[in-house]
Amino acid sequence: MEEILLSIRNITKNFGEGNVLSGVSLDVRRGEFVTLLGASGCGKTTTLRIVSGLETPDEGEVILDGRDVTALAPEDRPVNTVFQSYALFPHMNVEKNVAYGLKVRGEDKKVIAARVKDMLELVQMSDYAKRMPAQLSGGQRQRIAIARALAPQPKLLLLDEPLGALDLQLRRQMQIELKRLQKKLGITFIYITHDQEEAINMSDRIAVMRGGRFEQLGTPEEIYDRPKTRYVAQFIGRSTILEGTVRCVGNETAVIENANGWFSVSAKDALLKTGQKAEVCVRTERMRASRTPLDVFGLPATVREVRYAGGSVEIFAAMKDGTEAVATSDQPLASAPKAGETVYLHWTIGQAAVIGGASYDA
Amino acid sequence: MTHKQQKERAQERRNTLFFAPMAVLAVLLVALPLIYVLGMSLTANDGSGFTLANYKALLRADYLLVFANSLKLAFYTTAVSLLIGYPFGYCMARAPRGWKSLLMMLVIIPFWTSALVRIFGWKILLQGNGLINTVLKSLGLIDKSIKFLGSYGSVLLAMVYCMISFMILPCHSAVDKMDFTLVEASRDLGAKPWRAFLDVTLPLTLPGIMAGCVLVFVPSVGIFYLSDIMGGGLVLVGNLIRDQLLKVRDWHTGSAMSVLLVVLTAGIYLIYRRCGGDDLGVM
Repeated sequence: MEEILLSIRNITKNFGEGNVLSGVSLDVRRGEFVTLLGASGCGKTTTLRIVSGLETPDEGEVILDGRDVTALAPEDRPVNTVFQSYALFPHMNVEKNVAYGLKVRGEDKKVIAARVKDMLELVQMSDYAKRMPAQLSGGQRQRIAIARALAPQPKLLLLDEPLGALDLQLRRQMQIELKRLQKKLGITFIYITHDQEEAINMSDRIAVMRGGRFEQLGTPEEIYDRPKTRYVAQFIGRSTILEGTVRCVGNETAVIENANGWFSVSAKDALLKTGQKAEVCVRTERMRASRTPLDVFGLPATVREVRYAGGSVEIFAAMKDGTEAVATSDQPLASAPKAGETVYLHWTIGQAAVIGGASYDA
Repeated sequence: MTHKQQKERAQERRNTLFFAPMAVLAVLLVALPLIYVLGMSLTANDGSGFTLANYKALLRADYLLVFANSLKLAFYTTAVSLLIGYPFGYCMARAPRGWKSLLMMLVIIPFWTSALVRIFGWKILLQGNGLINTVLKSLGLIDKSIKFLGSYGSVLLAMVYCMISFMILPCHSAVDKMDFTLVEASRDLGAKPWRAFLDVTLPLTLPGIMAGCVLVFVPSVGIFYLSDIMGGGLVLVGNLIRDQLLKVRDWHTGSAMSVLLVVLTAGIYLIYRRCGGDDLGVM
């Protein structure tokens, strides 16, 4: 059964300096892990604050579990937030912080004590119950912030760049733990990050935001392999974007030509028509560079720089019209093409994405 | 001696150099007069040497009553200042930027004119044929002028008026420094606005409140001229000391009273520090 837990519809918000959000709509299923991904200032935090009730939208509505909560105060919504700065109460110890949400709701003392114990066990912080937040490390504070937000058993947990302040090692570890926690508890997560790798690793679905709108909403695979816009293609992962005109469309493949030559893309998803302009995104790790021309196709380019990228070699090359491309080679650095050499860029046809999945009208 | 140690020594010498003038000033302007007053209070009127008689002379019911009066007035002044000053400081800290500076000006500007002048202003407003009575009469709210001056309320008004800045500023600073995400977290976890204030804002701004209370209470104990100007007819510690020094010309008893007042003040400050109070660098 696929049930929608949260539905935000046509949310618009303006803080007096232009729209921060213009018509954002999103349905989140029960138990789903949805990530809002975008550069700073794209409106992701505002979206989250509107869901939590800390901000009221100018237009649009927030439906939670079938109930319109748009006008409800944050304390009346069964939604809790893990704040970016953790926002632990500095004058309360760990135990009191975690108990707070239950205490203000007037829960029984025994119930609170039991629940706090469970929560601290869940985040493996049982030994720290009496510590003050100032005595904890960043990662520990993070765990307490999560335990505190989970304690009142919210229907929906909002996380605002919860791992932003942690170093890379800890970040990776916490990503795995968070995901495990979410699966175990079956709680719906809305997660904010500007780290595309984090978004891809953790989410069921990602909403890429830009300028107060959703640029694309889809599974990590869809976002990565079939970017709808050039922005998404460039924001997620590394890629080379090739522009050209569709020359002919077959059942399986379509041929696109530009100043550098011609190349093929899969014609399956793309409703390409002969004569149209198209933008094609080829991921860096899927772009190959061959020293000799190939049977299929190969765009000639001059190698500018070769870099060792840990396990593989990255070849930076410029095509005739100046387009910069990055290709990956599995060869050892010593036998990889050298700067100044001519290489032929190619890829497996199905692995290049036509941006927008369809035509691109110039 | 290692290079590092040499460097540290040099740094210490520089620190001493900066410190010295301040230390000299403190000794000259604060310590010496206090020691002089202390010595005065411990010597007899007739110059016969050390005595505790001046302090024994203070143990009179009417003197103690005067001290009680002063403490009571200081307490009320502090309480009223807190009730008005905290919300004011809070709003000032939370107001939009333009409003913030306007409110700050309102608090600071009175510092630029003499308190005496401003209090006389109040006196003119409050007197029998003053503006307030005139307005109330023309509105038909009262028939006869109200006698504001001389009442305890008018003294309290003047005290609060002169002292409230010292409450507003530390309260404002405490609220301003507080991370309001914490209040949002509290609301997010289910607290009503009032509850969030009591659970989060109040405890986190308590240092500001405490500082404000000390800054208002301590000088309030010693101030006496406001009561005199407002015609309060209250006999306060300040009056007592002034009378001893200037009218009775008994410098020794007057000194003993002053020392008692200083001890009282220091006691309040010590209690404040004991309760975890910050030093009063609150601005």
